[in-house]
Amino acid sequence: MTKTTVTLGVAILAIAATAFGQAAAPAGNAQSGRKVFASNGCYECHGYEAQGATPTGPRLAPRPLAFAAFSKYVRQPTGQMPPYTAKSLPDATLADIYAFLQSLPAPKAADSIPLLK
Amino acid sequence: MSKSTRTTPSPGRRRFLKSAAVTGAALVSGATADAAAQSAPPARPAPGTAATLGREADPAGVEVLTTDRPGGDFMVDVFKTLDLEYVAANPGSSFRGLHESIVNYGGNRAPEFITCCHEESSVAMAHGYFKAEGKPMAVLVHGTVGLQHAAMAIYNAYCDRVPLYIVAGNSVDATQRRPGVEWTHSVQDAAAMVRDFIKWDDLPASLQHFAESAVRAYKIAMTPPMMPVLLVADGALQEDPVSSHAALRVPRLTRATPPQGDSAAVAEAARWLVAAESPVIVADRAARTHAGMARIVELAEALQAPVIDQGGRLNFPTRHALNHSDRARELVSGADVILGLELTDFWGTVDAYRDQLERTSRPITKPGAKLVSITAGDLFVKGNYQDIQRYPEVDLAMAADAEATLPALIDAVKRLTTGDRTRVFEERGRKLATDRQRLLERARTEASYAWDASPISTARLSAELWAQIKDADWSLVSPVDFVSRWPMRLWEFNKPYQFLGSSGGAGVGYGAPAAAGAALANRKRGRLSVAIQADGDLMYAPGVLWTAAHHKIPLLSVMHNNRAYHQEVMHVQRMANRHNRGITQASIGTTIDNPNIDFAGLARSMGVHAEGPITDPKDLAPAIRKALEAVKAGEPALVDVVSQPR
Repeated sequence: MTKTTVTLGVAILAIAATAFGQAAAPAGNAQSGRKVFASNGCYECHGYEAQGATPTGPRLAPRPLAFAAFSKYVRQPTGQMPPYTAKSLPDATLADIYAFLQSLPAPKAADSIPLLK
Repeated sequence: MSKSTRTTPSPGRRRFLKSAAVTGAALVSGATADAAAQSAPPARPAPGTAATLGREADPAGVEVLTTDRPGGDFMVDVFKTLDLEYVAANPGSSFRGLHESIVNYGGNRAPEFITCCHEESSVAMAHGYFKAEGKPMAVLVHGTVGLQHAAMAIYNAYCDRVPLYIVAGNSVDATQRRPGVEWTHSVQDAAAMVRDFIKWDDLPASLQHFAESAVRAYKIAMTPPMMPVLLVADGALQEDPVSSHAALRVPRLTRATPPQGDSAAVAEAARWLVAAESPVIVADRAARTHAGMARIVELAEALQAPVIDQGGRLNFPTRHALNHSDRARELVSGADVILGLELTDFWGTVDAYRDQLERTSRPITKPGAKLVSITAGDLFVKGNYQDIQRYPEVDLAMAADAEATLPALIDAVKRLTTGDRTRVFEERGRKLATDRQRLLERARTEASYAWDASPISTARLSAELWAQIKDADWSLVSPVDFVSRWPMRLWEFNKPYQFLGSSGGAGVGYGAPAAAGAALANRKRGRLSVAIQADGDLMYAPGVLWTAAHHKIPLLSVMHNNRAYHQEVMHVQRMANRHNRGITQASIGTTIDNPNIDFAGLARSMGVHAEGPITDPKDLAPAIRKALEAVKAGEPALVDVVSQPR
């Protein structure tokens, strides 16, 4: 059996960062968001910790995009990312995911990691 | 060939068994005098006079049951002239004669028999071996079921422009086949099933024909564009005695020189490159031999032009100031001249494609940018399989081997470079060096994200492995696509054998056996072979672990165990999103869990030292250290690492 390896490309979430301002994020449950993020959909391209992967999807956290830009891109992506409609991913679940992304801490500085020096 | 009936046997494979009766029958049926002479009992030859040795006969008319000189021995003589170090095979009765000749007559040396558990493994081992060694490994396959098993791996090598030397057993003469399985394992045209993705094949009808085709096959396979070739070795030729009248000889092999680009085209390309303000060199399978990397470096340095290494081979040192593979799109978008060296997909290099409900594409190059292609791929194209990719609109196309063309191109560039251009180049080089340093810093920073995560990040996995091999003479014998190319971003690759590219055809199941084949080549040089081994890939034919243990092939396999055919998870997810059907079902049919596979247990069961599963990144370094001890003692070892998806 042969499978095809297809590079999915990088979703360009960052481009939208400034275009949609800093609208307040709806309240969400970070724990629920982690569960959804790491079990279906998101983790596949962005990693369980939203760290990103060069060939599949960019880093999403810490310091995620403003919610308005984030939400707009998830619903109507302009790059390779598949669209997540409100039917597939309800607004409340999206808010949970966003809360999870906001909860992720900054990583240790690379200089403090001996293997990365 | 004489008519075949039960009472008039053909002058075929078992004719010698009843010499007196067959001789009479042959004469009655009007066989030639030469054929009759072949049927007559020859004198017992002196031991060691191999090339003209015939069957044994007894003057008293007792059935002759043995021969000192079967045709397979001569086939081994042929192989020895081709410097075939190994032959990989899963045993099959259609080549039992040749198999026996290899292990007894040939002394199981050059070629040495490598026992494989699946023909896909045999072929992929030969694939990996070639890329590490630079010469083919022979592969023996059953003419039907074995070749069917081997087909996908042959396709990978075809796409990857790798020469394979495949010999398929078959039983052509239907009257001589054993009833039952030998019929189901025989075929009229064995090569037909793979002819679309090999370069040449033949079905020799005599031993002399075999010798000439065997040498021709080697020459064809090794001439760029390199590809697999296939010889069908008929069972009768392998097993029957060599005729005492046969004057067999092995023709001399003269390798063809690779085709160079037309001199006028080379001069034109040099003019464009020297005049360019933002030239970019893109290389895929350009470094065909170990000399290739040095040539690309020389060209890039002469121009102070950035290089994008697409990774079909290791084309450029990863930490060289001109290696800008991590910003390919940015550079291609800004380039005024793009030189493509053995690109698999020039169109995909200069165009963007969007996989949404409406599929769209657009050029990413700026208007007026000149595209120059040098590829031997233009010299040999077949129609059925579509590895040719979309048609690229280039401005100058040289149907030539890039590596062989580079010396002329470098000379032309240097001749055209004036003092003014040298100053421009130097300034460009300084800026590129600064940008390169930024890319390295960015890679380190990005690697720090999810550093302590479980499942373990592919960046952490790569960094932990690098820390323990970097002072050795190492070779990464696996692809890196599934771990986000982290080794190319974090490790220092500067020797051509340190990376061997990918499968070519993206046929899963290549990784593990190709790594074992490359490690086999590296063994005699004392090189430390390491592989980052994908879980789904290993599960295609895990028996290669046993092959590695049995043949004492030192190879460290660090599992990238994301418990999925993850590329397919993403594909199914994409479809679910496109069809607006939720996000919960993409794992069905794509994940490899419930139960989780115990890869360490699997490896141990086949005699391979194993560690894991490792889920805590803190446990990774000690596990790798222990496994390396086994590898340094000459054994294969595996570390199972439960990892992030990519």
